[in-house]
Amino acid sequence: MTALALDGVRIALGDRALVDGLDLTIDAGRCVTLMGPSGCGKSTLLAFVAGFIDPAFEARGRVRVGDDDVTACPPQRRRIGILFQDDLLFPHLTVGGNLAFALHERVRDREERRARVEAALREADLAGFASRHPATLSGGQRARVALMRTLLAEPRALLLDEPFGKLDAPLRDEVRRFVFDHALERALPILLVTHDEADALAAGGPVLRFGAAGPLHG
Amino acid sequence: MRTGRLFAAAPVVTVATFALPIAAGFVGTLAPAFGYLPAIGGHEFSLSPWRELVAWPGFASSVRLTLVTGVAATLISALFAFGFCAWAAGRAWGPRAAAWLAPILATPHSAFAIGLAFVIAPSGWIVRALSPWLTGFDVPPDVATIGDPSGAALVLGMVVKEAPYLVLMTTAALAQVRANEHLAVARSMGYGPTEAWVRVVLPQVWPQVRLPFLAVLAYSLSVVDVALILGPSNPPTLAVLAVRWFGDPDLRLWFPAAAAASLQLVIVAASIGAWIALERMIARAGRRIVEAGRRASTLSTLSSLAAAGVAIIGALAVAAMTGMAIWSVASQWRFPSAWPGAFAFDNWSRRIADIASPAANTIVVAAIATLCALALAVACLEAEERRRRAGPPPALALLYLPLLVPQVAFLFGAQVLLVRAGLDGAVAAVVWAHLIYVLPYLFLSLADPWRALDPRYARTAASLGASEWRVLFAVKLPILVRPVAIACAVAFAVSVGLYLPTLFAGNGLVPTLTTEAVTLSAGADRRIIGAWALMQALVPLAAYLAAVLVPGRRPAR
Repeated sequence: MTALALDGVRIALGDRALVDGLDLTIDAGRCVTLMGPSGCGKSTLLAFVAGFIDPAFEARGRVRVGDDDVTACPPQRRRIGILFQDDLLFPHLTVGGNLAFALHERVRDREERRARVEAALREADLAGFASRHPATLSGGQRARVALMRTLLAEPRALLLDEPFGKLDAPLRDEVRRFVFDHALERALPILLVTHDEADALAAGGPVLRFGAAGPLHG
Repeated sequence: MRTGRLFAAAPVVTVATFALPIAAGFVGTLAPAFGYLPAIGGHEFSLSPWRELVAWPGFASSVRLTLVTGVAATLISALFAFGFCAWAAGRAWGPRAAAWLAPILATPHSAFAIGLAFVIAPSGWIVRALSPWLTGFDVPPDVATIGDPSGAALVLGMVVKEAPYLVLMTTAALAQVRANEHLAVARSMGYGPTEAWVRVVLPQVWPQVRLPFLAVLAYSLSVVDVALILGPSNPPTLAVLAVRWFGDPDLRLWFPAAAAASLQLVIVAASIGAWIALERMIARAGRRIVEAGRRASTLSTLSSLAAAGVAIIGALAVAAMTGMAIWSVASQWRFPSAWPGAFAFDNWSRRIADIASPAANTIVVAAIATLCALALAVACLEAEERRRRAGPPPALALLYLPLLVPQVAFLFGAQVLLVRAGLDGAVAAVVWAHLIYVLPYLFLSLADPWRALDPRYARTAASLGASEWRVLFAVKLPILVRPVAIACAVAFAVSVGLYLPTLFAGNGLVPTLTTEAVTLSAGADRRIIGAWALMQALVPLAAYLAAVLVPGRRPAR
């Protein structure tokens, strides 16, 4: 069981601190929600954790997954999965191709890979969709494929960057339940960023609020 | 006539402007290739021009040289360009590095080839910099670094120009896909930046880069001016051979020349066909590789090498330009000095009388061709908006034809037609020949910003009572003034650099900076060539600079 931990994180743009002295530990199978208005720096914090932070920001502090300090690692070595507001399925690959792209390379055999992709699709109630193109799927179907894709890469932690923001209200509940059920079933620590109170409620864990007034403290 | 109908006619007029003459040019080249050209005594169809061509002693070497240099230049340019873009994607200042390559685009191929010859020749800058302290040379070494039989210098000359072109075309296409976000997703799944770029971004931008890539392939296989300056002369590439025979005082050589020009067309068409077949195979293999999910690879080393290659290209380009500038003001520059012994700034004042008239021709032809192309392109884009069905009319795809067919294959036939019409050597004929090449580039450059303009500006103006003309001139063009200026600068630069169309349509009577510089490069004093090539490079650069300085108008948000 691995936990995701942030130690003494400070993120500043020029002399304006967005996050200051943040310490946070998210245990396996738990979800912490970060809330705040847009532009407050919550997505920047996720980018810092994932390893994509824009060099314009000045960032300090450490990111650990279990006992593994990944602060100095490039994104591809961190094994931290991320879901964005858009599903970002690769339009040049089929649904199955998208999933196979993510599936860990340890699975070498082609038949076995195909079986794993099929199994992931069944889990998402999309059996038989492997040869479809992402553009032919509905919004909810695409969101489910995007989550399965992230999970197939076997991440050790999951970051959710307002992943339900663009879905219609009824669909949002369904996708939200799907994401939390599957991620928590795998006992992943989850860091969720949102400005929707309902997301925080569904996540069920502690909520940290970014204020408009000052930087986020731990 | 109502404006609507006027614009509706624009695509037809545009395509007719060059599609018909090109088609006529093809016929005019094909007929003599099969022995028919009554004006010089060919009254019957026969295969004897082809027999003559094939029997020419250097024929097989010439065809091989054409294929090898054309394909090598294209593939090396593409590898450098894509490697560089993959490398730049992972770096904050990568996109800015690409912007530095833009001036290379403005400089004509032949000016670069001439400057490059100064740098890499046995008596050039590189050898001078190393002599005599390292090499021990007191006289230039007797090795062929230019015009070598393998065509390596020709390939280098093309890569210096085409790799930056493909970098900028790829960078422009990147803006239309969500490259950075897709890269972030792939990297969070364990792919390194280069691996991610090749698997996720390249396949998405390729549909937009395919046309520029094929244009590079067609151009590299059939280039004349660069091959004259840097390529081997005996046997030369097929296109050079055809031009040489067309220019021979012995008119009977026109028949094998027409056959060579027709074969050139076959070679380009077959190469494009072969690539499209190969592309399908690559796509299928690529999909299998992507689905195998392998993360580790050596691609990142390759992309760093490609980035280094592009840096060397940039350095060579700067050295070529600087070398020309220094030669143009040198009075004494003996081997192996790396710097002239004495300067003579009156070189220029003595030469200005010779340069003035070709420079004026260059500017007048380029300006008229650019304005005509602008009018046609804007009219076509307006017509597009008025069409009921979405998208450009399919016939407009013909616009890109000139980028894919070898110039020599139809220019000869076109010249024969012009001679018959008594138009050869007229400025109008040269402008028309330039328009064929200027229009596609201007259209390519202008179409995306034009189509991206928020239609509500025009609707707002129209609902305020503005006529269609007023909407165009008082609303759209002023908002789009910057992309229009840049498209015009691109078009102007293309026109300045054209060699073969100027030569053929002008029949040698309308000398421009480019035709004169290429002619002089064969043997004139470097101090003279330097001045010409520098002027040739500066005129389009000045147009670029002017376009960049046009104040942009940002729509309010």
